[in-house]
Parts: sequence; structure tokens; C-alpha cells
Amino acid sequence: MPSLIDLMLEGRAVEQHRPWPRAVVDAAVWNFAARELAHGRWSLLGLWGEPTAVHMAIIDGQTAEIAVVSLDCPDRIYPSVGLHHPPALRLERSIRDLYGLSAEGLPDTRPWLDHDQWGVRFPLGGRIDAPPGAAPYRFLTAEGHGMHQIAVGPVHAGIIEPGHFRFTASGETVVRLEQRLGYTHKGIEGLMTGASLERAAKLAGRVSGDSTVAYAYAFSRAAEAALQLVVPDRAVWLRALLAELERLANHLGDIGAICNDASFSLMQAHCSVLRESVLRASHSAFGHRLLRDVIVPGGVARDISEEGAEAIQAALDNIRLRFPALIELYDNTASLQDRTVDTGVLTSALARQYAAGGTVGRASGRSFDARRSLAYPPYDSLRFEIPVLTEGDVNARVWIRVREVEQSLALIDQILSRLPPGPLGTHAAHRREPREGMAIVEGFRGDVLVWLRVHDGLIERCHLRDPSWFQWPLLEAVIENNIVADFPLCNKSFNCSYSGQDL
Amino acid sequence: MRKLLFESLFRRPFTELPPLPDDVAVAELASSVGRAARRRLGRSLSIREIDAGSCNGCELEIHALNNAYYDIERFGIKFVASPRHADVLMVTGPVTKNMREALKRTYDATPNPKWVVAVGDCGRDGGCFAGSYAVVGGVAEVVPVDLHIPGCPPTPTALLRGLLALLERVDSNAVTP
Repeated sequence: MPSLIDLMLEGRAVEQHRPWPRAVVDAAVWNFAARELAHGRWSLLGLWGEPTAVHMAIIDGQTAEIAVVSLDCPDRIYPSVGLHHPPALRLERSIRDLYGLSAEGLPDTRPWLDHDQWGVRFPLGGRIDAPPGAAPYRFLTAEGHGMHQIAVGPVHAGIIEPGHFRFTASGETVVRLEQRLGYTHKGIEGLMTGASLERAAKLAGRVSGDSTVAYAYAFSRAAEAALQLVVPDRAVWLRALLAELERLANHLGDIGAICNDASFSLMQAHCSVLRESVLRASHSAFGHRLLRDVIVPGGVARDISEEGAEAIQAALDNIRLRFPALIELYDNTASLQDRTVDTGVLTSALARQYAAGGTVGRASGRSFDARRSLAYPPYDSLRFEIPVLTEGDVNARVWIRVREVEQSLALIDQILSRLPPGPLGTHAAHRREPREGMAIVEGFRGDVLVWLRVHDGLIERCHLRDPSWFQWPLLEAVIENNIVADFPLCNKSFNCSYSGQDL
Repeated sequence: MRKLLFESLFRRPFTELPPLPDDVAVAELASSVGRAARRRLGRSLSIREIDAGSCNGCELEIHALNNAYYDIERFGIKFVASPRHADVLMVTGPVTKNMREALKRTYDATPNPKWVVAVGDCGRDGGCFAGSYAVVGGVAEVVPVDLHIPGCPPTPTALLRGLLALLERVDSNAVTP
């Protein structure tokens, strides 16, 4: 069995790509990689386009080796990966919408991000003017006696992001769910092109509001890899502190919100108080409740304030005092367990096939966590466990979050006690030649991937891949044969990002 | 559960004193809230939140309005599931082209009298997403806006100040029938 390195040797290596290798390959090697993905020997990390090229990031789950293979496609056509490996389907539909590159053999050629509203087709490739006019979207059908459809969204009933869900149900039971996303497509990758590092970092921090730290972190690491910047120790550690605060706040919010979707609002009330305490501590420590724009290429923009460390410590103490009683309540309430146990089961085979990250993957037996598997600093010198369960139901996804809250508390303790002194950042040296960098950072939702090319101080191309790309399709699978009323529970336990995938 | 509920009987509530209404917001609202409102609404507002393309940051802080610290329902303000039950549309995000039609339709589905609150820097003029091929711009490009609450995202306190200003305006224009 060839390794990823062998695959790289088949192609022409791209010298300026850091830290993992990238090689330009021919269609045969591209196809070979697609089939290896389909056989489950490697996992797909990302697939993105440029005006006349496509790139595919691959990881070998056994060795955590990562590589990018690229295929030039001057004829605007390339062999489909989705044909062999379904996780690539929506990515290839998006590449078509944005760049006009067609995947040959793609089983599903419907547009994905393009809703016929932009006034232009292929906005990032060979632009063509196209007057807006919504052609009807063909939803997949389900046939049978007494089947009915339920259309939900894009404007939902709660305070959440927009997207459309089309259910086909037989009585109460969901026979098929199909998602239609793309409503929040803002053209971020288009705005990135030609942007300064500073503006691009701001944009990256606004891809998904709940993961603003993770995105700024991943973007900055990719830029630093490209420009070979060395981030000072204090900034390295502060970044992990920021990332854990973000994870803590989001997990606390999610645990409450999942229970609330089973109409158990007491948990929601208490968890949202704990979440608020983390946001207030974050504000007091770094001047922003969601910690936006703190991580920048080269380091961090702000140091932790003097009262900040105390505020964080007080929030941690409060969570340690109050959280165990809430977990006990969750565990001992039979009516709540009745809703979450055995609901929305994601099989470990599907989690592995889609390389699902975050709580979704770890509740279904996939142990990948970028903090451990890729061990970027300072996580290589911190003690923590990666909780993994195999049940794959809503309950398991709640428990992974509970355990990760506990791990984040311990991590924040370690970081605060070991925070090294020193400068907060380093400046980017000006480089005229094009440089490429890639980074993967573990956000609360899973692994965020950023790939970019910098040329003369400006972003030439930047791709940001949200973990949701490989989680949304799985939600369609887990809801099958569950009742419609359990959809909010399943959906909230996944908590995929709309804005992150629509970009 | 009994222990938790029992404890909360004796513990002081988390809820904080309400902030003062935002002066700027009061001024912006002066022209927009009519006399009929108080008679029709009483001192209460129902809000339908619409994400017209935001990054989800504003939604997180709007959510926080419901937690025990801000407890927005004590002011008679509540979030409702349908635009048909709403007095106020709270709209976030740069309006994306893919959401323009949905925003218009939601506005049309809301009965009069109604107000539109644009939330966040993006809601004002598209923020850092302005100029993209996929973005229309601020909320006012699609539906008439009565009040802007700036911020990236605005804090719950800023949101509360803006909404209280709206409520006060509805209130002070009241005439005794």
C-alpha cells in the first residue's frame, strides 16, 4: 500500500508550500487518490478550487501524515472525487458554482451555493453576467404511500441561522431529509483575494461568529507557515487560552440548548448563566465577549489584563461549583434521557467515511482531535484527554461536550499557571515571491482548515473549510427513521455552522 | 432537580438592573414610532429575529438577552416564532443576495404597525462584507429600518438599551383614549 509520501513523489513538488507537502499531479494520480479515499485508507480534509486548478487535502488517519495534491485543469474540467467518495459532493458543486470548473462524472450537478441571485455566474472564475432569476431547485424525491413533505426555512422559528430543510415524512417518521444551504453566502473567499493580511484576518474571524477564535487562529497559523514567522511563546500560550475559553462557552451553551430542545428549560437556564460567566470573564480579560480580533498573524493583538486572569479563575471556580449538579440532573432525569438516548444515531462507519470532526466524530468512535493528532504548540506540552464514545446518539454528543468542558477547565488552569512572559507578536517580513501555507486548528465544532497563498504582502487565494462541510450531510443520515419532533434535538446536538459552510 | 429549584428560591436572582435607554437610539426613533402603537400594543413588544446573512455572532448575543442576567421578558419583550405574531423584526447581517427575497417576504408577512431594528455593523451598511458580489448591503437596502444598534456584535446591554429606547418611544407617544 503506497503512503502519502509515495503519492507526493508521483507529482511535481511545490517548494513554497508549508508545513505539509503539496504536489501537482496528473489525472491518473488524482483518480488514484480519490479511490484510496473511497476505500477508506485516507480521509478527505478539503477540496477547493482556483480559476484553473483544483486542490485536495488528504490525511492518513494512521500516521497523521497530511498532503495536498493539485491538478491543473486548463480545460475547466477535472475527474470527480465525489463520484467515488460522497463527502466531496457538495464541495465539488461549490467549486462549480464559484469557479465554473466541472467535475467529470459528478453524480449531482445541481448548484449548491449559487441560488441564481448574484447577477453573475462563476464569480471567482471566468465571470459571466447572469440576470437573477430563481430556477426551481429539484429536491430529491421519496416515493411511497401517504408520504408528505414539510418545508422549513430559510427563516426559522428560533434565533438561528438561515437554511432550508425539506422533510419527507411518513406519518411522524422522517423518510428523507434534504438540506439546502447557501443562504448566508457572503463571498468571503472573493473578498479575501487581494486583501492585506490585516483585513484578511478580520474577515477570517467573521466566517462563523461562534468560532471567531478558531478561524483567526487557523488563518494566522497558515499565514505564519507561509511566511515562516516564529510566534513568541507568550502569544502561543495566550492563543490556546483564547481557544479553550471559546470552546468552554460554546459547549456550555450547547448542553443547555440541547436540553431545551427536549423542552427541559431548567438546564438551559442554568447553563446559559455559566456561559455568560465565561463571556464576561473573556470581556474582562481581553476586552471582547466573543474574543474577536485578538489573534492576528504573528501573535496576539492584546495581552491578558491584570484583572483578567482573576476573572477567568473566578468563572472557572463557579463552573466547578455548579456544573456537577447540572450533569447529575441531566443524568438522572428519565424524561430527558428518553429523548436523547438512542436518538439520531450516527454510525462509526459514516463518521469515519466523512472524517467528521469535533463532538460529532468523537461521539461516534472517531478520536481525531487536531490538538492531539497534530499536536501544535502549546498543546504538545499540555496534559489533556480526548474523550471518545461509540454510541453516536444525541446523548453521546452531550456527554462528549460535558467531558470536554472538564478538559477545557483543566487546560485553562495549566495555561494560566504556566503563561510565559515576553513579547506578544512579531512582524511579517516582506516577501515578494508567492508563499503558501496551511493550518488546521481544533475549534469547538471540529477541525478548521485554512489554506492560503500570499504574494507581495497580499492574499492571492485563501480557502477556509469549516468542519460543518463533513457534518451537515451526516445529519441527513441520522434523522432517517427518527420522528420529526426529534429533529431539533438531532440538529442542536450536531450544531453545524450555516455561515461557516456557506462562506 | 428539587434541590436546584429549592436553592433558587433563596438565592438572589442573577438579573441586573436595566440599563438606561440609549440616547442616540431615542433620537433616531423620534420620527418612526406612531401614536397608535401604545393603544394597540400596551407595554409589550414581540420580536421576530431574522438572520439575513450574519456570521452568527449577533445571534449569540441576541440569545444572551434571554439569560437570567438580562432577562428581557421582564420588560414585556419576547421573541416569537412567526413574523405574523411580531411587532418588531430584528434583522442581523449584511443582507446576502440569497436572503434578500426571504427577508422581503418575512417583512410583508408581519402585520402593521411594525418596526425594523437592524443589528450589528453589518446590518448598517454590510460592514466588512460590503462590496461582495453576493451581498446586497445593509438591511435598509431591502426593508425600511427604524433603529440601528451598532457593534460587532453589539453586547446584550447595547441591544437592551436600543430595545428599551424603542419601547419607551412606543410608550411616550401614547394618548389616553
